Amino acid sequence: MKRFFAQCYIWLLLIVLYAPIVFIAVFSFTESKVLGNWTGFSTKLYSNLFTGDMQGTGSLMLAIENTLVIALIAATVSTILGTIAAIGIHNMRGRGKQAITFMNNIPMLNPDIITGVSLFLLFVFLHISQGYVTVILAHITFCTPYVVLNVLPKLTQMNPNIYEAALDLGATPFQALRKVLVPMLKPGMISGFILAFTMSLDDFAVTFFTRGTVGLDTLSTYIYTDARKGGLTPELRPLITLMFVGILILLIVINIRNIRNSNNAAE
Amino acid sequence: MNSNDYIIEIRNISKSFGDKCILDDVSINVKKGEFVTILGPSGCGKTTMLRLLAGFGQADKGEIRINGEDITNVPPHQRPVNTVFQRYALFPHLDVYENIAFGLKLQKVPADEIDKRVMKVLKMVSMTDYEDRDVESLSGGQQQRVAIARAIANQPQVLLLDEPLAALDLKMRKDMQIELKEMHRKLGITFIYVTHDQEEALTLSDTIIVMNEGKIQQIGTPTDIYNEPQNSFVADFIGESNILNGKMIKDRLVEFAGHEFECVDEGFGENVDVDVVVRPEDIYIMNKLDGAQFGAKVKSCTFKGVHYEMFVETDKGYELMIQDYNAFEPDSEVGLIIRPADIQVMHKERTCNTFEGEIVDETHVKFLGETFECLPQPGLEAGTQVNVEVAFSKVDLIDHPEEGMLSGDVYFLLYKGDHYHLTIMTDDGDHIWVDTNDIWDKGDLVGINIAPQDIKIVK
Repeated sequence: MKRFFAQCYIWLLLIVLYAPIVFIAVFSFTESKVLGNWTGFSTKLYSNLFTGDMQGTGSLMLAIENTLVIALIAATVSTILGTIAAIGIHNMRGRGKQAITFMNNIPMLNPDIITGVSLFLLFVFLHISQGYVTVILAHITFCTPYVVLNVLPKLTQMNPNIYEAALDLGATPFQALRKVLVPMLKPGMISGFILAFTMSLDDFAVTFFTRGTVGLDTLSTYIYTDARKGGLTPELRPLITLMFVGILILLIVINIRNIRNSNNAAE
Repeated sequence: MNSNDYIIEIRNISKSFGDKCILDDVSINVKKGEFVTILGPSGCGKTTMLRLLAGFGQADKGEIRINGEDITNVPPHQRPVNTVFQRYALFPHLDVYENIAFGLKLQKVPADEIDKRVMKVLKMVSMTDYEDRDVESLSGGQQQRVAIARAIANQPQVLLLDEPLAALDLKMRKDMQIELKEMHRKLGITFIYVTHDQEEALTLSDTIIVMNEGKIQQIGTPTDIYNEPQNSFVADFIGESNILNGKMIKDRLVEFAGHEFECVDEGFGENVDVDVVVRPEDIYIMNKLDGAQFGAKVKSCTFKGVHYEMFVETDKGYELMIQDYNAFEPDSEVGLIIRPADIQVMHKERTCNTFEGEIVDETHVKFLGETFECLPQPGLEAGTQVNVEVAFSKVDLIDHPEEGMLSGDVYFLLYKGDHYHLTIMTDDGDHIWVDTNDIWDKGDLVGINIAPQDIKIVK
């Protein structure tokens, strides 16, 4: 009986969590302009999305492109910065190490809106005209700590003599970094990159405050503006569905990787 | 000897981490092709010395030369040495072949030459046919073989080995010892080997360097180190030994365990306090007292495989360890003989505790960071710098650290037949030596008190 209730609770929780997404996904297969009206099965919205035969297609496609480009650049740069930072932090000793690790954690706990507003004020104060560059800088700022968090454990697990062994065998510090350290940190760097990428894709608040007035839109700001204009453009339904499926696949891949890695480590 | 015969010259190296001195003015010369072992307990500075040779870390003072060239400030990748690490440190993302070829590829050695050399070193460590294996799929012993192969593939002039066998089980360790010795003979290069295992050091080395607390205790061949230890630390650390307080009465005559013995040592002077070492296998034991130098009573007898290990109490109350092929029943009376050549006489490193101190007032003196009450010292003004002497047996140890003037822990202990000689490390890192009949264990926390009448002030 106890078991039955526990099962019910889990399913209830899952339904509450996933109902909105399932709702959108189901209604992405009907043509109705108003969400919630079922007017028969159709894949027209999907074809509209891909042929561009819809209202405001241009700006939507541009927003998607912006989102992806920004996420890609931000994730790449923060992976490089975060890895270097992690190596630096790992080699620190005592109180300094604790302080930096603590400071690295703060931006992750900070509400997005505070990060957004403070960056906005900073850019205004420094007289940097806001647009593409400031959005990318902002995204790098909040993505880097996640990379550090993913790479640091890999460094702690590593036999400290391995880097020294490379030097001992004749590698310059840079060669040792490239040929030994980076390959060994790669799993952490990849999960850091993926996390940074999704954080950047996901972001609304920081982008909203740092994009300035040049009309730069990412997907999240586009949807926000679109929804405020009166009703959601119907083609966003298939788009959201596709994104959800994409993220789901990505997560499954990461999980399989992690399981495989921990199995290897267990051996 | 011409200094050019030395491949490694270490001159007056000192190194501290924080305020802890790890190496204190260490100088070592190593001849080309020698198998040198640096032996000592953990924390004695041996690994630090090896790391300085490899280039991981900088000495605070001193100079290191390899082949006459000053390499003190040369980065590790430019030194003609290679290291075998204690925990192998193989590159897990590369297979066996790539691990071994790592250094050769960096040197831009042609591919067919790399091939040849990798196969050669694999054969040398008996790992032929393993070149495509993933290093993490290998056993500990196999990984260590690959690590050795990787280090010698670079054809270094000096091979540094940092306790390479410590992580292996006993059987494997014995096999690897023989192989290492064989490898050293074949390669003809210099091996610097660091270990805390005295048996390993005695088996492998041409020369042993015994270190303790950042200082060299003795340098010599294995037989020298075993038969003629220069101080009680070396005698105690290498093999089993009976270490006793003694007195050199005159040349070739020493007194210990309440008896006088002929010995072969000269030049100590007359009536000088010394430490005497007698190895347990060098004491002859027999059933009758006729012809024996002194008598004893067997207290315990344990079978150890090849020999029996017996503890006896001598007629003057000293406890000795004896190893013999024959067993003698506990409680039986036996006679003992020690031959002159088997008695090793050593200078005492110190005969009492000596501290630098400062007079606080007429009845107080400050040393080891504390102010102690002492007998009135007329004629010494406050602030006078003095030396304070305290006899080993006059230092009081108590169970509760908080009840002592000073507190510390038992750092090293030595049984001297009828009492223990302890080295106490105070919380500030100072040493106090104590003679006591009480039984303490290494690492015990103790409180230290010194009575006023036992503090001797020397101007």
